[in-house]
Amino acid sequence: MKIKQLSVFLENKPGRLSEPCHALSKAGVNILTLSLADTQQFGIMRLIVKEPEKARDVLTQAGCVVKVTEIVAVEVEDRPGGLADILEIIEAADISIEYMYAFTFGRKDKAALVFRFDDPDKAIDVLQDKGVNVIGGLELYDNAD
Amino acid sequence: MAILWNDIGGKFNPACSSDYLPVDQLRTLQTQRLIAVVHRVYDRVEMYRKRMDERSVTPDDIRSLDDIAKLPFTVKTDLRDTYPFGLFACGINEVVRLHASSGTTGKPIVVAYTAEDIDVWTSVMVRTFAACGCGQGDIIQNAYGYGLFTGGLGAHYGAESLGATVIPISGGNTDRQIMVMKDFGVTAIACTPSYFLHLIERAGNMGVDIKDLPIKTGVFGAEPWTEAMRKYIESASNIKAYDIYGLSEIIGPGVASECSDQSGLHIFEDHFYPEIIDPETGDTLPDGAEGELVLTTLSKKAMPMIRYRTRDITSIIQEPCPCGRTVRKIRRIGRRTDDMFIIRGVNVFPSQIEEALLAVEGTLPHYQIILMREKGLDQIEVQVEVTEEVFSDEVRSMEKLRTVLAQSIERTLNIRVGVRLVEPHTIERSMGKAKRIIDKREM
Repeated sequence: MKIKQLSVFLENKPGRLSEPCHALSKAGVNILTLSLADTQQFGIMRLIVKEPEKARDVLTQAGCVVKVTEIVAVEVEDRPGGLADILEIIEAADISIEYMYAFTFGRKDKAALVFRFDDPDKAIDVLQDKGVNVIGGLELYDNAD
Repeated sequence: MAILWNDIGGKFNPACSSDYLPVDQLRTLQTQRLIAVVHRVYDRVEMYRKRMDERSVTPDDIRSLDDIAKLPFTVKTDLRDTYPFGLFACGINEVVRLHASSGTTGKPIVVAYTAEDIDVWTSVMVRTFAACGCGQGDIIQNAYGYGLFTGGLGAHYGAESLGATVIPISGGNTDRQIMVMKDFGVTAIACTPSYFLHLIERAGNMGVDIKDLPIKTGVFGAEPWTEAMRKYIESASNIKAYDIYGLSEIIGPGVASECSDQSGLHIFEDHFYPEIIDPETGDTLPDGAEGELVLTTLSKKAMPMIRYRTRDITSIIQEPCPCGRTVRKIRRIGRRTDDMFIIRGVNVFPSQIEEALLAVEGTLPHYQIILMREKGLDQIEVQVEVTEEVFSDEVRSMEKLRTVLAQSIERTLNIRVGVRLVEPHTIERSMGKAKRIIDKREM
């Protein structure tokens, strides 16, 4: 149920973002979503794509430092309180969230939450126990097409 | 018992190599050669004669090796001031080769070789490759630059004369270097250590792991590099990385080389007589003491150098080497008096920063030192390229890495430094010597 996410190291300078994006576009890799974490000096771009292995090779070839990590994507109602419900479950189970971001992915009234947990397997168990839809890669990619 | 025969192969025969001369014979040979070269330069080179006359020293005053201290030093600017042919001790009709060093400011320096000098150079490079464990049957990729730089042709002649197969690929075109290394089954490479790092990295991007290739030896020189860098290279590529030493003014590569013991560089002192001096006072220091290396060419004909100040900081190791060579060793050169920079009154060598960076887990071999002046105060920023090994998708870990690196350097230097993490390949890769320091301070 875990989904592969690519992270790319970027310097915090004008124009740094376009280079990896160009490389992916040339290779025909579609970006489902991305999120940026930045500090004064550097940033980390996190990407979810349909073909993570291919994208990794393309980015490495383009000279980027790339890391593949496993994240957990969760389907949530696109309504006030949707996120809060999920967070409650996670907190109750005492699982740490390293970071998270959200995006919509082609299902009406639904959004996807992406979590980077310190213990993703435990998180998946807890969430599924509570009836939360943990989205697998295929489901995510198909709906996004 | 010392193993004398481990490096036999091709044209190198330990039984008749000067590497293993009994010490008393070696000293006699050096003395004879020193006397001859002093006569030669006094008779033939105006600068040396004038300087000896000024000190009231004649060639007849030089009767033993200790008498060398009576002779004046030669420095790099002497080669510039006499540009191009002012220090030649023979007519141009006897010169068969000219090389020149890249002059960073103004004119380059020119060095000359007679046919006999080329033979000496070839023989010391044969001894270099043999000391690094190479011999007949080896396929040596020579990635030192061919041309006016002495590295390429110096290594070429030596490797060929050794009886090895030489690939004269020269520097640059990294993708082709990797293809050749893989397809030709290269067993040894000669280049600068920083260029080999670049090759390891590029090979990784091309999906080639150098560890899987037959290459087993690196003959690395032309720039100072640290023990920590050697460990990094050896573990990243599964080769043995040897340090060699030389400089154009003396002959090019082939002045000194490590042996299988990797515990210092044997100086081919039957041709290049070493002294260590106090760089401030010019006084000769005993074996074991650290100071500036001064070299005298004992057999060069076209352009002998008398007491040439190399600006390299080292010491002479007198203790016998387990490899059996009798020629003395010098400690690896990590510092040059030229490289030193002063920041807020503290003397700093780039090698200290390299050691500090490589001491941190998840080694980061690509770095550059930027010196700036802000509001009248010197600032030092160390730019470090992020590698896959250390990269994390979490901001927190990356900030921690930056702090750890800064602390490691600060502990060594006792001054505050800024560490900036930069993307891979943003620090310029040199095909030859790495440029470690960029000084943006306006003096």
